[in-house]
Amino acid sequence: MTEAAVAPAPPLWRRLIGFNLLTGLVLGVVGWYAGWFGAHAIVGPSIDYFGDIDYNELSVFMAYIGGVVGFLAGLGFFNYPFARLRGYPPSLREKEEGGFGRYFTLCTDHKVVGIQYLWGIGLFFFVGGLNAMLIRTELLRPDHQVFPAGTYLTIVGVHGTMMMGMMTSGILGPFANYLVPIMIGARRMAFPRIEAFTFWLLMAAGVILQTTVFFGGFPTGWTGYAPLSNEGNPGMDCYILFFALVGISMTLLGLNMVATILTMRAPGLTWTRLPIFVWGVLSTAVLMVLAAPVLVATLSMEALDRTAQTTFFVPGGGGSNYLYENLFWIFGHPEVYILALPGFGIVLELLPVFARKPLWGYRLAVAGLLGVSLLSWFVWQHHLFVSGMNGDLRPFYMLSTELISIPTGFTFLCGMMTLWRGRITFTVPLLFCLAWFFNFLLGGLSGVFLSDTPSDVTTHGSFFSMAHFHYTIMGGLVFAFFAGIYYWVPKMTGYELHNGLAKIHFWTMFLFFNSTFAPLFAVGFLGQPRRAVTYPSGLQFLNDWVSVSAFALGISMLIFLFNLIWSLAFVRRPALANPWNSLSIEFQLPSPVPVHNFDRIPVFSGDPYGYGEGRGPIAPVPAGAPAGRD
Amino acid sequence: MTTAPTTAESGDGINHGRRVIVAWLVLSAIATPLVAIFVGPEIPPGNGTLQGQGQVFDNQVMTALITPIFALLVVFFAYGLYQFRVRRSEAGTIVDGPPLRHDPRVQIAWMAISTTIVLFLAGFGTYELLKDGAGGGQGPNPIAVPAAYKNAFQVQVIGQQWQFTYRYPSLGDLESNQLVLPANSNVTFHVTSLDVVHSFWAVELGLKADANPGVDNVVYAQTKGPMTFHVRCAELCGLWHGYMYNNGRVVPPAQFRTWAASQQKIWSSIKKYAPPYSHTYLPDPQERAG
Repeated sequence: MTEAAVAPAPPLWRRLIGFNLLTGLVLGVVGWYAGWFGAHAIVGPSIDYFGDIDYNELSVFMAYIGGVVGFLAGLGFFNYPFARLRGYPPSLREKEEGGFGRYFTLCTDHKVVGIQYLWGIGLFFFVGGLNAMLIRTELLRPDHQVFPAGTYLTIVGVHGTMMMGMMTSGILGPFANYLVPIMIGARRMAFPRIEAFTFWLLMAAGVILQTTVFFGGFPTGWTGYAPLSNEGNPGMDCYILFFALVGISMTLLGLNMVATILTMRAPGLTWTRLPIFVWGVLSTAVLMVLAAPVLVATLSMEALDRTAQTTFFVPGGGGSNYLYENLFWIFGHPEVYILALPGFGIVLELLPVFARKPLWGYRLAVAGLLGVSLLSWFVWQHHLFVSGMNGDLRPFYMLSTELISIPTGFTFLCGMMTLWRGRITFTVPLLFCLAWFFNFLLGGLSGVFLSDTPSDVTTHGSFFSMAHFHYTIMGGLVFAFFAGIYYWVPKMTGYELHNGLAKIHFWTMFLFFNSTFAPLFAVGFLGQPRRAVTYPSGLQFLNDWVSVSAFALGISMLIFLFNLIWSLAFVRRPALANPWNSLSIEFQLPSPVPVHNFDRIPVFSGDPYGYGEGRGPIAPVPAGAPAGRD
Repeated sequence: MTTAPTTAESGDGINHGRRVIVAWLVLSAIATPLVAIFVGPEIPPGNGTLQGQGQVFDNQVMTALITPIFALLVVFFAYGLYQFRVRRSEAGTIVDGPPLRHDPRVQIAWMAISTTIVLFLAGFGTYELLKDGAGGGQGPNPIAVPAAYKNAFQVQVIGQQWQFTYRYPSLGDLESNQLVLPANSNVTFHVTSLDVVHSFWAVELGLKADANPGVDNVVYAQTKGPMTFHVRCAELCGLWHGYMYNNGRVVPPAQFRTWAASQQKIWSSIKKYAPPYSHTYLPDPQERAG
């Protein structure tokens, strides 16, 4: 953008009118009421036919669907399809030069979408975290209700659902959207409008889940087991809509990633030169595309059970709760690897930079990622070891579950051998990666007890399994997420984060994370079931210890939040273009990255791990060579 | 890049790998027996049933197995991070490490060892599971019915929102809200539900089985000496899930007969109002449709 092209800015009120977040919110509310009263008009006369007694499920569904459509229309998602229908020529890009306002609009610049994701997901991550604080407040006493019983279950459900739904895109949303096109030498994603769509859909979904409190909440936790979900309040519909919209967003996000990585790699970027982070994204994206539609279908059936009185999951009417459990976990188990795999990618991507060594065993690391994504399809019934569904298949699922530790072990081996004989500098991103090893090791070793069917009999559905998946998801995904933040945010925003505060954040988070979740292994073995509001009074000391640690963990997160806002909004110290002396291509670009990424599409001559080999990933361009692809 | 990186010397004459392996072997040799002897047997559920004892044995074997794995990573990281750190005196200059990209011997050894451990665990777990069911719910028709449980004492566990009730078909279909079991005998539990999914968890006995509406979920248990135990619901079942618990007792056979007689006195007068004993009690869909 040249100086001459800058027109005088229109007044503020004029800039607020148009297709943006504000219009989206207004039309969203309009659409919500249109759906609400429209459904009442349909259902009211035929209330006997629908058999509803005290409330009208259909109007809840229609209101939110109307709201989402209005929101998307207000953001301008329908403009382009209609323009094409009216015969306008195709155009690729929208709102890419709009200054700060483009963060509040439909913008097809993948870097803007990445930063939108970072803040949007961060917001809901903190909402989910606040719910965790409320849970730990309730569990300070073994049998004293701080919250009414139904409210407590809603808090548990919103915490679990928000975290699972939002953090599924926690790394692919911000980091993959921002970095994958750069890392593969492209200027955009394959489907830029779909990329923006996945973000705004996710935000709409998050708001829907929060509004469950106005409809009585939902009692089922994040798993939404039928037939309990059939008897839940209308707040259950918010859960169903949230997860279905998240499923659609995930499917499209994954599809976009797969298409981009398969088709848009720059010349010379062969499969064995791809940064390992991109491999992590690719293996995750394949799981997303295949698993998330199952979730959408399952929840559609559940929505029909609740509105149209079908009986897919009602045992008394010929349905089966086993059907729900199977379908849910066919989605749900790949889902937990969707959460874990991008973390593997980040850790393996960062270790070479701070060990100043090439990634050790590149092919083995790729095999590990792909092996985990393949095996993750064959393990789901370990969630049903004591359900009585098919007792004779348990040895098979025990074997497949334990097999998945082999490819996971590849990631460990490659990471450890990359550090071996390196020149290790303990920067904050590396500290988070090292903590990832410790946490994921404990998560994996506790998984041994859960995968072993006899031992699982006691640990199943207890706080032991809860501690296990917090060690793998929070200790794995969230620590990798923060490693990514400290590593890439200076690049993405162009401003440094305060290093001292970052170190305080790391050490408090690592300490209090372990102090929170390690005792829960013992608590689970000693007989405290998940999601129960009471527990044996003998476990009060451990529970109080955990609660206090959890509050401290919350304070640690506030330190991070303070650092983020303080550094980016107030101090604003410009970051170096390559603060880590990384060979990765995104650090060879200026900070912040220009809108079109590259003046010339790079030609790759190697992987980005040439530490100690005296070369970078990009072939030097001879003087006078023809310009690269547009 | 600001400074042109230089590569470190390719070797410093120290066999770091051997140091790590020796330290690991020493640590494992000390820690593994200690863990197996002192920690493993203390892991719940305890000795309430044969199945519970089996789980304790499983936990003992697995803690012994994961101790060396944990020790390996601790030794590796402790040594590696200390030995290969950039010293304060060297800060400011960028020196690259040696460009090691792979080592087939390490890769093959790692794969072989991890595969061996995994296959051992799967085989061991399968053996332990099929021996006596390990106290887990096995569904209505388990193939692996241990002979000892063919004619075992039957107890039905019925979950409903939000309590468990128990029926004893061999005591004239006696129904009670107390779970009392005779000591030193084989028991077959039939777990089912009237409404949503519950999970019957007899904590100190090491038994757990989901209670599904319309499904008879079978659990085998061989009780040991007299004791009391907690029963909890372990699957989220709605509003008062947290309050769905009670206590059970294992009592000597004579005491059990006294208890049964006293219960049957109450039961005889109300038996006519209860549905006949059945493995499942699926409600009439027409009535449930509302």
